[in-house]
Amino acid sequence: MTVGLWEAFWLIVQREMRLSFRRPEQLLQPLVFFLIVTTLFPLGLSLQLSLLRDIAPGVLWVAALLSSLLSLDFLFKSDADDGTLEQLALSGHGLTVVVAAKTLAHWLVTGLALVLVSPIVGTALGIPLDAFATMLLSLALGTLTLSWLGAIGAGLTIGLRRGNVLFSLIVLPLAMPLLIFGAGATDRAISGTSAAGALYLLAALCVFTCTLAPFAAAAALRITLE
Amino acid sequence: MWTWFYKLASPPYVYGVAAALMPWLLGLAAVTIGYGLIAGLGFAPPDYQQGDAFRIIYVHVPSAWMSEFVYTTMAVAGAIALIWRIKVAHAVAAASAPIGASLTLLALVTGSMWGKPMWGTYWAWDPRLTSELILLFVYVGVMSLRSAFEDPARGDRAAALLAVVGAVNVPIIHYSVVWWNSLHQGATVAKLGKPSIAGSMLWPLLSMFVGFMLFYGAVLCLRLQGEVLNRERQSAWVREAIKS
Amino acid sequence: MSSGGFWYMGGYARYVWPCIGFACVVLAWNLWSARRYLAAAKIRAARAIAMAASEAR
Repeated sequence: MTVGLWEAFWLIVQREMRLSFRRPEQLLQPLVFFLIVTTLFPLGLSLQLSLLRDIAPGVLWVAALLSSLLSLDFLFKSDADDGTLEQLALSGHGLTVVVAAKTLAHWLVTGLALVLVSPIVGTALGIPLDAFATMLLSLALGTLTLSWLGAIGAGLTIGLRRGNVLFSLIVLPLAMPLLIFGAGATDRAISGTSAAGALYLLAALCVFTCTLAPFAAAAALRITLE
Repeated sequence: MWTWFYKLASPPYVYGVAAALMPWLLGLAAVTIGYGLIAGLGFAPPDYQQGDAFRIIYVHVPSAWMSEFVYTTMAVAGAIALIWRIKVAHAVAAASAPIGASLTLLALVTGSMWGKPMWGTYWAWDPRLTSELILLFVYVGVMSLRSAFEDPARGDRAAALLAVVGAVNVPIIHYSVVWWNSLHQGATVAKLGKPSIAGSMLWPLLSMFVGFMLFYGAVLCLRLQGEVLNRERQSAWVREAIKS
Repeated sequence: MSSGGFWYMGGYARYVWPCIGFACVVLAWNLWSARRYLAAAKIRAARAIAMAASEAR
């Protein structure tokens, strides 16, 4: 029975989602980490809510970045460990489709979850309600881009000793422009000026990454798997 | 003419060329850098705005330019190595990485020292400085990734892929002063048309550019020999080559 | 040249000279490090050849 390209894509996405939901604690971990990290900043700085607002976008974004990184490290790990990844690679649909499907599924359960939790965190950090739309949009675009960058990093570092440190070392510098634009967009929305420019740039980064990263990540996997 | 290209992919040929070329490149580099420093530090007139502090330009700008140039070379070499599977290209990329990283560090430090008298601060999170700092991180990432693999060939390929992915940062550094309102000064030399800098200040600067480029060539030759030897240890030509 | 002389650098000496100094350090390190790398590579290659020769015997 031959399976078409799109069918294969959606099948893999469904498989990933099903596997993820079989272990709900694994899904909660990055979210809890996100909440904990955002709590650390106000505790460490002991600022009043009105002053916290100034650093809120940055804190939110750094926390989202770090929690995404935590979960992305394992994007390919379990499948690489038990040989499923090689099977998928040999399946004839090309590694790119497999990578794209796995990354999208990963974003749906991690990045999207972060976006949905962010209003709670935003309120805790004093972000005003009218900046929420920008915050949600920027986080959605940002976490999606980050998932793709993480796929490249994960592909390059599977199976390496201390691979997780190297993973962060590789992905974080590439994610810095994201941080700048994402936090910048939310910042502008809070102060009342138009965040459109930053959001457009963020969207452009997202599109750029989404189109090229699958190929880069597949190439990375080919290098590390062969 | 195309045979010359094929020769470039041959490790013993490249080893020989690098060994022969190195002293010349180094000698010319010494002359041009020497002239650049002496003329720039001693004879160029002080800037009417910045006084003698502007003389930092003679080390800061060439090193910043080279940090981008060397990264681009490393990324292109990596791409060539991945696409056409040429081992020598991996050697070039591996040899260039530490040189480029050290020049990036030089650019950041000299820029910081220049920033204090000019802007009043050792550091600012403006687009050009930030993207140059990111460049340093990417260099370190590439070098770490290469050495993390037990199989050196796999390490080469992974590092090459990362170098290509990170290359997107280089145009960001270069155009950051055009795209954003940056604290950092815009282009003075590389603009088309007349450069907006006086002649007696310009010539030592151009000499430093050439000198740094030649110096990179010289050090690349040295490191490239080492990298080629490490990758070709098992080959027959090595026995003769290392007798020198 | 400005008043105060060459070394004074118009008052900016503590910014200019450390920069020049660090530049010389970086250039020197590059040369030294590259030479060391090549020397080590030659030693490793010689050792590999010697081992291959003794195995062939």
